Amino acid sequence: MPRVLLIEDDQAVREGLQIALTYQGHTVDAVDSGEQGLARLAGDAADVVVLDLMLPGMDGFEVCRRIRASGDLPIIMLTARNDDIDVVAGLEAGADDYVVKPAQARVLEARIRAVLRRSAAEPRQAGAAKPEPERHGDLIIDRDGLVVRKHGQPIALAPTELRLLLELSASPGRVFSRQQLLESVWDQGYLGDSRLVDACVQRLRSKIEDDPAAPVYVQTLRGFGYRFGPL
Amino acid sequence: MKHWRHWQHWGLRARLLLAFALVSVVTAAAVAGIGYGRARDAIVQRAQDNAAIEMTNQIRQLYPVPTDDAYEGRLATLVDKMNGRSNSARVYLGDRSAGNMPESAITPELRQKVASGRVAWQRVDLGGVTFLTLGSQVRITGGSDAESSSPSGIEVYELRDFSGEIETIDGLARDAWLIGGAALLLALLLAVLAARSVLRPVQELQRAAHRLGEGDLDTRLTVRGGDELAAVAGTFNSTAESLQQHVGELRRMEADARRFVADVSHELRTPLAAMTAVTDMLDAEAGRLPGVSGQAVRLVSRETHNLTRLVNDLIEVTRFDSGTASLALDDIDVAEAVRTTLRTRGFTNSVHAELPDGIRARVDPRRLDVIVANLAGNALRHGAEPVTVRLTGDPAGITIEVADSGPGLDEEVLPHVFDRFYKADTARSRSEGSGLGLAISWENTRLHGGRLTAANRSPAGAVFTVWLPRNPRNTEADQ
Repeated sequence: MPRVLLIEDDQAVREGLQIALTYQGHTVDAVDSGEQGLARLAGDAADVVVLDLMLPGMDGFEVCRRIRASGDLPIIMLTARNDDIDVVAGLEAGADDYVVKPAQARVLEARIRAVLRRSAAEPRQAGAAKPEPERHGDLIIDRDGLVVRKHGQPIALAPTELRLLLELSASPGRVFSRQQLLESVWDQGYLGDSRLVDACVQRLRSKIEDDPAAPVYVQTLRGFGYRFGPL
Repeated sequence: MKHWRHWQHWGLRARLLLAFALVSVVTAAAVAGIGYGRARDAIVQRAQDNAAIEMTNQIRQLYPVPTDDAYEGRLATLVDKMNGRSNSARVYLGDRSAGNMPESAITPELRQKVASGRVAWQRVDLGGVTFLTLGSQVRITGGSDAESSSPSGIEVYELRDFSGEIETIDGLARDAWLIGGAALLLALLLAVLAARSVLRPVQELQRAAHRLGEGDLDTRLTVRGGDELAAVAGTFNSTAESLQQHVGELRRMEADARRFVADVSHELRTPLAAMTAVTDMLDAEAGRLPGVSGQAVRLVSRETHNLTRLVNDLIEVTRFDSGTASLALDDIDVAEAVRTTLRTRGFTNSVHAELPDGIRARVDPRRLDVIVANLAGNALRHGAEPVTVRLTGDPAGITIEVADSGPGLDEEVLPHVFDRFYKADTARSRSEGSGLGLAISWENTRLHGGRLTAANRSPAGAVFTVWLPRNPRNTEADQ
């Protein structure tokens, strides 16, 4: 079962979530500050981080950035307010998804599962040939090894960013609406927040584009969505 | 009274002008008119008296009057004697007359007066020139009694040019009119000046009051001088000042109240988050608990959700109030979005949907979901099936109609249906909703720059209509 690192300063909420997630079968490690959380992550202690944005001391955004800088661990933010500015800032800091408090355990559970699916390799059907790495301009995308290289150097992509790139590049030139991407990459139905997509596209561009302001690989089609290429 | 009220519809300027004009006309008419009248009378009187005296003197020179009836030349002689400098005369003896004076100048009334023995005169117009006709009997004094006299039967008439006097009088009249006119003009000028000195402050006051009414509470008047109008301006300023203070205080109080609600809602969130986290587990375990314990656990779980929804809605409302609610716009196929909403809420089987594909709009999908879910849920809860959701589009926007087949809304409910916590039936217990659903839907529509309206349709049922623009003001830059 997935190991969850829960970083939440309020004792009751921490307890409640720990009880609920444990009841669902997760192994939960709960801490009450960002500093402690980062300390736990020094080892291979979790598969997913559930992170409260409003923390005393080091705030959630900073924790998010540090986790992102050091690895590709999926992060789900708990936002105490559905304030748009918090959500956007959290997504820009590198969170993969967010859940608004108060949330039922099953909602959080579904998000955890979705984000973990995103970071796991898609199982290849038995007997299918191992796909060759694709070359798109300066990018080499290895679908099997889940590695993306630029000029031969591997690029550190967060799980959601990787999933988004794989989804878009699987059909170069095809336009995906934000809602389609939410469904295929985030496992969210039509009621998803399209800002998840926008924030993720921004982060992806900052890593793979030569000039993120004039993107070549992930292009915007105003009024429709995003597409990969054409190069 | 009625007249006075009619007066009040006139402008102040018109009333002032009229009053000044009336006063000046009456005064001028009185002064000039009376002066003119007296001068005219004096001139005419003197002229007539002089003429009468002159004529009497002339008549004296006629004596001795020839009394010989047969003497044909007698009348001519008398006429010759009467014809003075330029006056023409006519002499009557019985029904005979002689002289160069036109007979038309002698009116029957004059002759009557003369016949009664008086010296009489009358003004006549001959060819546009005014003349004075004088007439007198020639009397013969008795020899014995110097005082008594008897009529000789001879009447003498004389025509004198009166145009000089008339011209003098006309000159007087002209002067009177000129003076009156000048006085009137001066009065009107004064009236205009007076009106302006009164009206300008009044107009300033009116403009300032209008601005104050528009909500510009900083409006103040400049106080000039120390008259009553300056006092009014001073009063206006102090009134505006205290109004500004009161409104400021009210706004502060309102802001405090709103902040308080927002703070309370946020404070409630943390304990609710802890409780909500475990409700799924409680629901799962409730079945295994004996009897009432299970019921109690289910109750706690259910009411935790209700409380959570209420707090979430409250927070949503406070965000609308504080202006922090913003749109996360996306281009979507509206029909698909509405279908998803109905599906996720479990309304698909109970709602008849007419959702043509291909109607795209730029909306906030999450907010559209809230709007549609609230309206449809409301129709199913308070109306009656069949409930219809119909989508139509025009170049400017999209329209979503949610109609039910219930009894419809009372006329007194209609204006309040989007009020917060408004209960159509005050006796009704707490509904499943928070009482904020429609208010939030309305705010969400407004945030898009759209409209949400409620109405009744025939034969029965309520219909809620959402109109959203296809391209609302973009609040976030598109990448």
